[in-house]
Amino acid sequence: MDNVRVIEVKRSIFESNDKDADKLRQELRESKTFLLNLMSSPGSGKTTTLKKTIELLKDKYRIGVMEADIDSDVDAKAIAATGVKAIQLHTGGMCHLDADMTRQGIRELDTSDVDFAILENVGNLVCPAEFDTGSTRNAMILSVPEGHDKPLKYPLMFSICDVVLINKIDVMPYFDFDLDKVKENILYRNPNAKIIPICAKTGEGMQEWADWLSAQIDEAIK
Amino acid sequence: MHELGVVFRIIDDLTEVGKENEIEKIHSVTLQLGEVSGVVPHLLTDAWKWASDRTELMKDSELIIETLPAVTFCENCKSEYETVAHGKICPNCGSEHTYLLRGNEFMIKEIAAT
Repeated sequence: MDNVRVIEVKRSIFESNDKDADKLRQELRESKTFLLNLMSSPGSGKTTTLKKTIELLKDKYRIGVMEADIDSDVDAKAIAATGVKAIQLHTGGMCHLDADMTRQGIRELDTSDVDFAILENVGNLVCPAEFDTGSTRNAMILSVPEGHDKPLKYPLMFSICDVVLINKIDVMPYFDFDLDKVKENILYRNPNAKIIPICAKTGEGMQEWADWLSAQIDEAIK
Repeated sequence: MHELGVVFRIIDDLTEVGKENEIEKIHSVTLQLGEVSGVVPHLLTDAWKWASDRTELMKDSELIIETLPAVTFCENCKSEYETVAHGKICPNCGSEHTYLLRGNEFMIKEIAAT
């Protein structure tokens, strides 16, 4: 095989996804749909937070939810019970969603009558951070039992988030969780991050979160 | 953790490169992988074998992985040190105000093809 050629490719593996994500973001802007990518570890209270968020905002916006899971429809059923449009995306074993899978989800959801779309990403702090989904804003939930050192352990996740919700603050007295320390750890990685302590169960902080979100949505769909 | 997913992406990228360069067969693919890219080389090789064998263009090709060392910079004492050996605490001054300079790369460097 003396006619073998060596071809320089010099291409980042994530580059094509990044381009695709930018394209999807542009498409969403044109169709006046705001897409929130919600990430967290399993058990941080994503679905409960989402249900409370929907309650606070469903009179103001037409909401649609995409629930990404490896293989079940438990969460989509819980969301559909709130009365908003919800679909389940199965990643088929994959630990994250990329921009192309998100676009397929957006099509299936049909955002022609949706101005606030939410993607509940797979519960995982590693892989979803590496793959830009094309969302308008990235949010993550860190719950008190997980500990205040998480921003140090998963720096990429915290550095790509526009907003970090600190959930389950009602149980703070029972855990060795330092709220000031966690804020310092997050802001060190990401000085622009908005940090909102909440308790989805009692409703504490939820209005501040809904107000922040409203401002972002209004800006995107005006 | 997401080795199979990135393998599909490499295959998509190389299918495109194959068309652009009118390639019939890819014999080897060289990747550059940072030490802290989060990708496990042997899992990547397994996933590559499984997925590339399902393509005409890349069947039986060899995956060559070049490892790039990870280096962290300390903002406090302005020194550079090996990330894998010392983690995020600077071994020279004990500061935790450090950031990764390089070592999370994940690139397709080149291919050998006919």
